[in-house]
Amino acid sequence: MKISASEVAHVAALARLRLSNEMSAKLTGQLNDILTAMDKLAKLDTSGVPSTNHALELSGAMRPDRARDGLNHDQALANAPDSDGQSFIVPKVI
Amino acid sequence: MELHELSLTQAVDLLARGEVSSLELTKAIIKRIEDTEPQVKAYLTLTGEAALEQAKAADQAREKGQAGPLCGVPAGLKDVLCTAGMRTTCGSKILNNFVPPFDAFLVKKLKDAGMVLLGKHNMDEFAMGSSTENSGFQTSHNPWDLAAIPGGSSGGTAASVAAGSSLFSVGTDTGGSIRQPASHCGVVGLKPTYGRVSRFGLVAFASSLDQAGPITRSVADAAMVLSVIAGHDPADSTSDPHPVPDYAASLEHGVKGLKLGVPREFFVEGLDPEVETTVKAAMAELTSQGAELMEVSLPHTEYALPVYYIIAPAEASSNLARYDGVKYGLSVRSEGGGLLDMYLDTRSQGFGPEVIRRVMLGTYALSAGYYDAYYGKAGQVRTLIRRDFEAVFKKVDAIVGPVTPTPAFDIGQKVDDPLQMYLSDVFTLSTNLAGLPGMSIPAGFSKAGRPIGLQIIGPHFAEETLFAVGHAYEQATDHHLRRPPL
Repeated sequence: MKISASEVAHVAALARLRLSNEMSAKLTGQLNDILTAMDKLAKLDTSGVPSTNHALELSGAMRPDRARDGLNHDQALANAPDSDGQSFIVPKVI
Repeated sequence: MELHELSLTQAVDLLARGEVSSLELTKAIIKRIEDTEPQVKAYLTLTGEAALEQAKAADQAREKGQAGPLCGVPAGLKDVLCTAGMRTTCGSKILNNFVPPFDAFLVKKLKDAGMVLLGKHNMDEFAMGSSTENSGFQTSHNPWDLAAIPGGSSGGTAASVAAGSSLFSVGTDTGGSIRQPASHCGVVGLKPTYGRVSRFGLVAFASSLDQAGPITRSVADAAMVLSVIAGHDPADSTSDPHPVPDYAASLEHGVKGLKLGVPREFFVEGLDPEVETTVKAAMAELTSQGAELMEVSLPHTEYALPVYYIIAPAEASSNLARYDGVKYGLSVRSEGGGLLDMYLDTRSQGFGPEVIRRVMLGTYALSAGYYDAYYGKAGQVRTLIRRDFEAVFKKVDAIVGPVTPTPAFDIGQKVDDPLQMYLSDVFTLSTNLAGLPGMSIPAGFSKAGRPIGLQIIGPHFAEETLFAVGHAYEQATDHHLRRPPL
């Protein structure tokens, strides 16, 4: 068993997901199958091998520090689920 | 020949010579959409009225001598690409009513080139899938056999090009999502080198793997589309400043003297015998034209699947954190509920099961205590996979092999077995992990009439080699000229 039901609950909370009991149970089984299929990675010797996080050896993509056009107010709020025309409105935080 | 059977090259030629107007052509493709959509279900959004206006404008531009390279050609685009003012869903209910306020960089380039936009194609939700069965809205059907999947995640796009309801298109490929559906639908699909095409406005799934590319009827068509969409974009810091060569010029280079590597790890148990026969026959054709085939080894091929299914979901879990009900998209706010409830309910109701599965997998792989064992380890093995290719490309100019282990499977066949579904990508995943260009071209059909593709993989920025090999093969065969019985 690679991942327990309580770990699934913990990960769901991190991922901001609310899972039904049925979905949690199904997911636990499926995740276990997938994670088991990854066991073969652990057996590979990778000592001294650097990690590849970028496909290309690109770095330092810079531009002059000058303001450019962005979205205007109306464009930015156009898809807002709730707005007062000035800001995005969300449920109470505090 | 019907107008909807034209290749892009033929359409551009007829338009240039004034033998057909964009308005006529667009009307014909809109009719083709009406005729085929009930069975193929390739489109999520159709914008026929606006398209007709664009077609008229294109005809006027041509009269004034201002026709761009794609002037007046009607096409749809995969719904993962932001199109200003036009609904963009990424195949997800969480973006059901999202209307982007901007065009993706490549969309702007296509519009500047004069394309007529017909609408947006169905896809697996957030590009996660191999069949379109993960779409939040509908499953698309393979025009060659309506009981078969069209492939995915660019399944709607490939199906539309095959059916003639789009005269060319652009899909995206993170683990094979251009090449696999192209192979299943009997069309050409190119995933360019990572960084060749800007990802600005390409809704992110896995940022170190995603790449947009052409899905077309022929290799020459793919070269034409890539010429339009490739190029540096200052708004994408992973966009490569490598100059864009004249891709059209590379088509006629031929394969004489080219060394083509055949990876022994691609020809193992599990490869469908018809796929093997078809791919080997394609290689024989290339040999007869003067290419030299040699066996090569990509020893870490079997690790591509676990590496990909850690890295891609990890990156996705980060990229999909933005879907929270605050600024756009679905927002579920219950009576008396707080901010956290909005996040939990919006995401749980808006995401489909495959997206939830991958977000969970990715979050787990990145979480404290597991990061090194999973994400860290996967990154190291990714380096080994990259090194395999570097070693092989010292000996050969390109790699050839199958695209998928089997021809298209039936709709519904693998939908309950995620791991089985993932296995359909075994030959395409490592290309994305190494950032290399890869292309699928039509190479034949199974006895049941389902298309089979040949994959060509090249070193970084060697799209010209892919075009040369693909075009040479195409000129001697007619698979790409067949049209589905629709």
